[in-house]
Amino acid sequence: MISGLIQAIMLGGYYAIIACGLSFMFSVMRIINLAHGSLAVLAAYLIFLLADRFGINPFLGLMIIIPVMAALGWLLQRYLLDKSARGGELLPVLTTFGLAIVLDNLMFQRFGANVRSLAPYIGDLSWDAVELPGGIFVGKLSVIILVSAIAIIGGLQLFLSKTMMGRSIRATSMDPDTAGVVGIDPKRASALAAAIAMATVAVAGMFLGMRATFEPYSGASQLLFAFEATVIGGIGSLWGTLIGGIVLAIAQTLGANIHPLGFLIGGHFMFLAVLFFRLMRSRSSILAWSKSRMSRAI
Amino acid sequence: MTVSKLTFAVERWTPASRIGAWVFALVIALFATAPLYLSAGLLDRLTVLFIYVILAAMWNALAGYGGLVSIGQQMFFGLGAYFTIRVADAGFNPFVAVVFSGFCVAGVAYAVSAFMIHLKGGEFAIGMWVLSELTHLLVNLDRLVQGETGTSLISMNAFNADIRRVAVYMAALLAMLMLLGILYWLLRSKTGAAIQSIRDDDQAAASIGVDVVATKRKLFVLAAFGIGIAGALWLCTAITFQPKTYFGVQWTAYMIFMVLVGGIGKFEGAIIGAVLFFLVETWFGAWGVWYLIGLGLAAVVFSLFFPKGIWGAIENRFGISLLPIGYLLVQK
Repeated sequence: MISGLIQAIMLGGYYAIIACGLSFMFSVMRIINLAHGSLAVLAAYLIFLLADRFGINPFLGLMIIIPVMAALGWLLQRYLLDKSARGGELLPVLTTFGLAIVLDNLMFQRFGANVRSLAPYIGDLSWDAVELPGGIFVGKLSVIILVSAIAIIGGLQLFLSKTMMGRSIRATSMDPDTAGVVGIDPKRASALAAAIAMATVAVAGMFLGMRATFEPYSGASQLLFAFEATVIGGIGSLWGTLIGGIVLAIAQTLGANIHPLGFLIGGHFMFLAVLFFRLMRSRSSILAWSKSRMSRAI
Repeated sequence: MTVSKLTFAVERWTPASRIGAWVFALVIALFATAPLYLSAGLLDRLTVLFIYVILAAMWNALAGYGGLVSIGQQMFFGLGAYFTIRVADAGFNPFVAVVFSGFCVAGVAYAVSAFMIHLKGGEFAIGMWVLSELTHLLVNLDRLVQGETGTSLISMNAFNADIRRVAVYMAALLAMLMLLGILYWLLRSKTGAAIQSIRDDDQAAASIGVDVVATKRKLFVLAAFGIGIAGALWLCTAITFQPKTYFGVQWTAYMIFMVLVGGIGKFEGAIIGAVLFFLVETWFGAWGVWYLIGLGLAAVVFSLFFPKGIWGAIENRFGISLLPIGYLLVQK
């Protein structure tokens, strides 16, 4: 039981990595990027290609792919998302959904239907375990993923609060027009945020390939995991994605314990339960607020 | 000094829309008599076209008028087929099952709308997707469905193949006309004015006393009902029910393509989009992956550069409206 819980927390680390980029982009640009999962799968394929063709270790490959994905993020924001977001909040949903379809099918066209994994290229890391006090064994890779999640989120948080660039991104997220008045180029800040988000997507793609398998159409399920973790943790909050990821993974583990097909069902139920709970709370608070206003008016 | 006297009248119909109505009536008459002179293969294709028109019109009602972009409408498509299987299994005539199934889907939609409708923008879009995935997984748990193996609408075999073809064709035509009729009537009614004000700006609509939530809920339930009927009809033509094919997100991708290309928020746009999608699929469907890439690209390009779609462009250019939904002030 304890072992299962610890495994779930480790899995939550992976969800946090894939969710933090989605949450970050949403908090800055107010865009939920529906191609987020597909882009992670793309990164996984690129790292796989480097390992398969040129024998480059996936961790080294990641160092090459991070700038590639960051550049892609910059271009996406500049030429697609920025224009789309100006047409209202609904158009980006359609644009990024179309993009996801294009990416998924291009990957299918290029890489075929074969299921791939990065596990063969990382030697004994894929099965090595470390012993925790109490005689519980956890996979070394899972520990690396959880530590990376904490490092990425902590690093992002520091970047946002301590650096000039980070502050310009935060200012843009609060009010792009006012940010423009005080000398920030909101378009540049948004493009930078997209580049950073895509860098985290590259990391997520690598870990996706290392801990499991992927195929051209894996993007949709990764998007849903990322979205569920983001919403459970509170949309727009970076540390929230870690909590959300862990809660999601625990719910999935519980579901799998109840029924062999219960893994995904457990996660989806948790997501809906959180949504429902939040809605009830916000409704009752609005109601209480309007009542107090009314009584004051009378 | 003379004061010229101007008199005005309020009209809903324009010459173009009068011609449009006659053309529409003529087309319907041709469709209704089609089993007399069209080949079996063409009838099957037309049945598919009618189902596409239903899907496009219903997604348009939700997104174009209600401002609710959903990536999870395959949920209702799948449920429509699933409930038909269930009701037919209980011993009902399959066509009765289709109708009954539509109301079951509407009931489910009414229940989930209680909280889904409060989500905003992208959250609603993916939230619906999650809900659809959950529904798919739960349907798989039903013993009757046997997981992804699926089952069939066995009671359909009671009909001879020719009779079945014509019956499903007529059912699809009837369903399409009724659903378009309901939507048209809704848009012309008092609710229609509320719907169009929500489409333009839901906060402004709320400020002048439009009940935004109730109106959106009506559209949500109607869209689910229509898409459920479409799923049930699809089952009638395909006979086999494999959950994966019905709960696939590609259905929503098709709906988005049709509405976005035809013209979002335009009654005529969804119909044009469906016809166009039907033609594109007929000609390029065999291209497989490249065909899907093309659909995705079209969604990207239209959302970026032509967000009003083909009908929006026509309307802007020529100022015509075939199905009168608004009011015109005409000088006598």
